[in-house]
Formats: sequence, structure tokens, C-alpha cells
Amino acid sequence: MSKKMQVSTPTDTTILITRDFDAPRHLVYRTFTEPELLRRWWHANRAEVTAVEMDVRVGGRYRYAARGAGFEMEFTGEYREVVPDERLVSTEVFSGAPDYPALNTTTFTEKDGRTYLELLIEHSSKTSRDMQLASGMEDGLADALVLLEGVARELAHLT
Amino acid sequence: MARAATTTDAFNAVAEPRRREILDALARGESTVNALVEQLQVAQPVVSKHLRVLREVGLVQVRDEGRQRIYRLDPGPLRAVFDWVKDYERLWAERFDLLDEVLEDLKRENQEQE
Repeated sequence: MSKKMQVSTPTDTTILITRDFDAPRHLVYRTFTEPELLRRWWHANRAEVTAVEMDVRVGGRYRYAARGAGFEMEFTGEYREVVPDERLVSTEVFSGAPDYPALNTTTFTEKDGRTYLELLIEHSSKTSRDMQLASGMEDGLADALVLLEGVARELAHLT
Repeated sequence: MARAATTTDAFNAVAEPRRREILDALARGESTVNALVEQLQVAQPVVSKHLRVLREVGLVQVRDEGRQRIYRLDPGPLRAVFDWVKDYERLWAERFDLLDEVLEDLKRENQEQE
């Protein structure tokens, strides 16, 4: 069975990421809700995770901090729904764009010992969503600034 | 738990909307403080304050030309940020590949306990 990840845009303001995992869902859920497990994968080999704090209950808060080459960033938010092994809904605020929170819904579905993960990221506007999806920047200054705008506005939605 | 945004690096410096406007203006060409004041319709002390922050994090360079100080954008310090965010799909693909490894470890631990 394929583990292939799929990224789609169900509506103008959302991104849906899906992926299969060869493990039961209670284990996959743990990797999203236990700091020591999350910090092993969240960095994506792009930055050093400097802090992971989470209080996984409705109204509880979380904070992920990371350091790259010459920059630091922080993602914070609040849990809105917590259904153990099944579903997490949380807000997310990126330190680079505090005025643009996102809402992330993560769903864990198990079938035959495997887990189907859905991550739905809800943006505030189509423009911001499209900026987030824009990939591989050229070296040009104009491109850099388009991305700068995207970084500053909507990076809140990275996780 | 949340800390106030700092301006100690380029990444945090660009979070301020007015500073992004200044960077955007400088992206179209180097400029003086007065020209920026005119273009952005913002008081000169405000523009100067933001330029100082942008210089401190290396996003703006300055040189003297006669009696004028000319400001220029230097996007170099943002490169590290760009590298982190570019290719959104790849970011998640890399995360999930790492997550596979974590899950293998967890499955092994579970088996040992059984």
C-alpha cells in the first residue's frame, strides 16, 4: 500500500494534506501530541526545534519554536477540539504574522492497522492560501518579495 | 507563554506591516528617507526608526552620496527563511518521512512490551 502524500485545495481558502501511515492510529496520534515525539519529525530537516510545549486539552495551548540559519520562529495556538486518537482541532499563530491565525483540523482514521491522516488547513483568504502553496522561489528580488509578503502574512499555516 | 515579537533577526523584523512597505518600496529601487516619507505618507521619524531596525538585521544597506544617505534593500538575510518555507509540499513530505521513522520505533517498543 502506498504512503503517497496528496495535497489538494478543496475550497478557495483551504489546503488538504493526506497521507497513509503503516501504524495504528493511536501511535500516529501520539506523534502529534507528545513533545518528545513531535520534535523528531516537525523540523523537516530544515530547522532546529528549540522548544515544544503542549497542553493537549480543549482550551490548552501549545508552542513550537525553531531556529534556522539566522532566524527564529514560533508557532503558538490553542486546542479547540481534542478527541484522543481521532481528531485534533487547533488554532495556529505564526510569530512572523501574529494577525493571521489559521485553523488546523487533523483527523486520524484507522483501517486494517494502518492510519489515514487528513490535515485540513483553513486560511483567511484565497490570496494567502495561494501564497502558501507557491513553491520553489527563483533568486530574483521580485520573487523574494512576493515570498516575503507570503512569509509575513500567512506562514501561520505551515503546521 | 507567547513572547512578544522581537526584531533581533530578519524574520521577525518583516512581521511589522510598515517595515514590509518600506522593503517593498526599496525593492523597486534604492531611495532616500525623504523619498520614502513622500511615497509612503508616513512621518519621517517613523520611517527612520524602521530603517534603523532593518539595518540592524541586515535587510537594508546604506551609503552616503554627497549630503544624501541612500538606502538599498539587501534580501540576503531572508534567504534562510525562504529556504525554510519554500516548497510547501516538500516540507510536509519531509516531515512525514521522518514521522515514518518515529512510528517504526514506536511499533518496535510496543512489540518489546508485549
